[in-house]
Amino acid sequence: MNPILEVKNLTKTYKSNSKPLTVLDHINFSLLPGDICSIVGPSGSGKTTLLGLCAGLDRASEGSVVLNGVSLDGLNEDERAKVRNRYVGFIFQNFNLMPTLTALENVMVPLELRGEKNIAPRAIELLDKVGLAGRKNHYPTQLSGGEQQRVSIARAFSNQPQILFADEPTGNLDEETGTHIEKLIFELNREAGTTLVLVTHDPGLAERTQRIIRIKGGKVASDTLTGS
Amino acid sequence: MNYSWLLKMAWRDSRRNRSRLLLFMSSIILGIAALVAINSFGESMQGEINREAKALLGADLEIESRQPFSDSTRRFFDSLGAEIAEEVSFASMVLFPQNGGTRLVQVRAIGGGYPFYGSIETIPAGAGSRFRTDKAAIADNTLLLQYNAAPGDSISVGNLTFPILARVTKVPGQAGIATTVAPPVFIPLQYLDATGLLQKGSRINYKIYLKFSEEVDFNSLFENTIEPRLEKEELRYDTVEERKRETGETYEDLTGFLNLVAFVALLLGCIGVASSVHIYIKDKVSQVAILRCLGGSGSQGVGIFLLQITIMGLAGSVAGALLGSMIQFYLPQLFAGFLPVEVEVSISWTAILQGIVLGVIVAVLFALLPLLSIRNVSPLTALRASYESKEPDRLSYLVYFLIILFIGGFAFLQLDDWKDALFFTGGILLAFAVLAGIAKLMIWLVRRFFPTGWSFVWRQSLANLYRPDNQTLVLIITIGLGTALISTLFFIQYLLLNKVELTGSENQPNMVVFDIQSNQVDDITDITKEFGLPMIQEVPVVTMRLAGIKDRTVEEMKADTTTRIRGWVLNREYRVTYRDSLIDSETITEGEWRGKVNSPQDSIFVSLSENIVDDMKVDIGDKVTFNVQGVLMDTYVGSIRKIDWQRVQTNFIVVFPSGVLERAPKFHVIITRVDSAQLAARYQQAVVQRFPNVSIIDLNLILETLDEIVAKVSFVIRFMAFFSIITGVLVLIGSVIISKYQRIRESVLLRTLGAVRRHILSINALEYFFLGSLASITGILISLLSSWGLAFFYFETPFSPPLLPILLTFLAITGLTVLIGLVNSRGIINRPPLEILRREV
Repeated sequence: MNPILEVKNLTKTYKSNSKPLTVLDHINFSLLPGDICSIVGPSGSGKTTLLGLCAGLDRASEGSVVLNGVSLDGLNEDERAKVRNRYVGFIFQNFNLMPTLTALENVMVPLELRGEKNIAPRAIELLDKVGLAGRKNHYPTQLSGGEQQRVSIARAFSNQPQILFADEPTGNLDEETGTHIEKLIFELNREAGTTLVLVTHDPGLAERTQRIIRIKGGKVASDTLTGS
Repeated sequence: MNYSWLLKMAWRDSRRNRSRLLLFMSSIILGIAALVAINSFGESMQGEINREAKALLGADLEIESRQPFSDSTRRFFDSLGAEIAEEVSFASMVLFPQNGGTRLVQVRAIGGGYPFYGSIETIPAGAGSRFRTDKAAIADNTLLLQYNAAPGDSISVGNLTFPILARVTKVPGQAGIATTVAPPVFIPLQYLDATGLLQKGSRINYKIYLKFSEEVDFNSLFENTIEPRLEKEELRYDTVEERKRETGETYEDLTGFLNLVAFVALLLGCIGVASSVHIYIKDKVSQVAILRCLGGSGSQGVGIFLLQITIMGLAGSVAGALLGSMIQFYLPQLFAGFLPVEVEVSISWTAILQGIVLGVIVAVLFALLPLLSIRNVSPLTALRASYESKEPDRLSYLVYFLIILFIGGFAFLQLDDWKDALFFTGGILLAFAVLAGIAKLMIWLVRRFFPTGWSFVWRQSLANLYRPDNQTLVLIITIGLGTALISTLFFIQYLLLNKVELTGSENQPNMVVFDIQSNQVDDITDITKEFGLPMIQEVPVVTMRLAGIKDRTVEEMKADTTTRIRGWVLNREYRVTYRDSLIDSETITEGEWRGKVNSPQDSIFVSLSENIVDDMKVDIGDKVTFNVQGVLMDTYVGSIRKIDWQRVQTNFIVVFPSGVLERAPKFHVIITRVDSAQLAARYQQAVVQRFPNVSIIDLNLILETLDEIVAKVSFVIRFMAFFSIITGVLVLIGSVIISKYQRIRESVLLRTLGAVRRHILSINALEYFFLGSLASITGILISLLSSWGLAFFYFETPFSPPLLPILLTFLAITGLTVLIGLVNSRGIINRPPLEILRREV
């Protein structure tokens, strides 16, 4: 089976005050379709940078990322945006819903960007799955943090992504809501058979994934299978 | 690109932001309104000029001469088979016997059916033609009102006294204001000789009006027969087409100037647009980043907000165009007295369409600058809010170029002169650059020399000037440019009024008695002395024409297309004096003053004024030949004088030495000063009753009239500046309200940490005081500089700035800025912090 995500010698260096700062240093790993993997590490270890590079949100200084057979290296920003729209879903720590759109409209945006028609029923179905069909016309400011994250999950699955990136999805939520959101992500992921990449601080959440890649000082410190 | 989706997103996004979008829309409404009003009005007026073209001239052809027409010329006109009318006009005194009032007027003696087109409008009606058969006069309405005279009273013109038949309210082709200095009095031509006013030396205009029947092909007759003859006889003429073009051009200049003033209001509005969009877009960066994470492109992000702004720009322009269409109905009243035709305004769809297109273009152009910044927003911003790409967008240079091109292009269209357009555009850009430079300098200075020892409130308000997302640059440019524009208009008005008042100040001569015949000089001198008035000057005046320069005849020079000698030098009638000494308004700059010719064999050395030397292309020692009423006289340039034209004196371009012109036909001018209006009236009455041919200019009366004219012009300018002022205030309110969204978090945080109402108010008041005062001071300095430039180069007069208005402008603008800032922060202070956080953030 071909890997869905292949990361080779990935390096990211920032220039700060003319002194180069290497955030990621020759990272290598690959994921097969359906894999569920977590990236863990202390603050500032380079987790979010790695996630951003894997999803094509930024360019690497060295090395390559191949997403679903497409090398992201030679693509310009608009071409990478198309790749994201076709294959990638996102869940953010701070939800990142568009404040001027209703819950339903937020879920529809990725499909609308694809130019698909008659999408409202599918979006409502997803909102129903996350338990928010009744609040589809509410704006983000009218929803609680947990509700906003559920809308964000519905949005992440709306374009039936091959791979889902979640950046600290429960980081801004209380424990009870966090657990509920975790459950929701894993359930929906199992249903759709999507590859899941989770960045988290939470060891409990990491333990629920099949594989844990630990990052320290910009390098892969360990890469272990959990048996989950 | 999927435009329907962009439209859908633009609409969705606008639902939560409409009040903010309305703010930016409001900035352009007034600018567009002013432009549409002026353009619609201009179009209506041009239409009226076209329709009334023949009435502007009153005939098909008008021929003018300073000499009576010769018999052969008259025979030529008779041979053309046209209807002929005649007019002889000149300035003269009239007397109202009922109350003894005297006044310098324009006497127009009319014979025949002039005007053939249009009519002299009178109250009662119909007197415009009847006065010719009734041996009566009709007189300007304002003149009659001024001297408390009415139809039925009489008026003395020279030796004759006519009954006044009617008040004249409108003369074909003449703007009301043109009659203010010398109001017209019409008399029948057949009684002109009997008035005894036609004397040698008087400045008289002779005119013949021709009307051709419909069957005659006027254009070909004119080109083939009439024009060559008129050119040969050096007669000036005017056709309907020519008059239409001249009138149209004059008023195009007027509307062009007013359009520029309106355009500045629009530009101010555009800064408002740019600043509102700038802040608006900063809030949208995270949304664009999310959209990019979800697979949207940068252009789609720009597209959504560009569509919003285009639609809002369209709405603002439509609102402005509607407002402008309504305002134009007031303009005929505003311009009353300045217009040659009665303008009936109607809705101009062209002007409305132009206004709307212009509004959308400027809104989009100025919004593009801040909009482009989101084109390259990194999707990574969604993950890390602090991530910011610093690379400038290359397209922004193109947008800057387009904006400059647009301003220059618009200015050129209005001014029709690329130099003026360049000057205007350069001025605007320079003002922008100076203000932006001052703002940046202030930010740098505050940071560099931050007063760490000052109290918290002062430190906080100063720190606000350079905090992230500060409004310092935008507010200083907006307020500064608004102040600069408004103060410049004010200073120029002050300058013009001051110039007029200077002439009327104490101890300056204020009465000029002219057209005095040589045999009347002694008697008038006696009268003047009897009244106890000083004889400040008594000068003889001889009229002559130029015959040649350096042995080339005027005809040769006129035929020479390469000559650099200016036309006015060759064509004008020279009014020359002779004396043996200089007067105190003159100084010799070159050559030697020679005031006397002792024998007829001596060479005659004349003195020329500086301003003609360049245009005449002569130097010391060059030969200049004059035609002194038929006698050719060779002279040489002996000296060049600098003349202070500001002084009320009889100043002359050419001065002859004494001993040459004493015997030539001439008239005399006496200058005196009368201190009371009553004495002035009695003196004028005494002179005019004995010598009806003599004219008197009462400078006090002229000053009053000029004062009225300047007041009227100032009102028009102020009316146009009003659009800029209100736009400036709107932009200021918009900028301040929009910056509220930035300030809320900070103020709420301060409130949460225990800041009391007074703290927040003081911080805001001080910050706006810094911004308002710096912007208004810079604006005033720019306006002083531009006013000085205009005074020095254009009005050629010294400019000393008025201190009190400067202080008032500074206080008003700064106070307004602080007031708007404080009113804006009231919403934050009067509510609990949590409520605001939930509602606004």
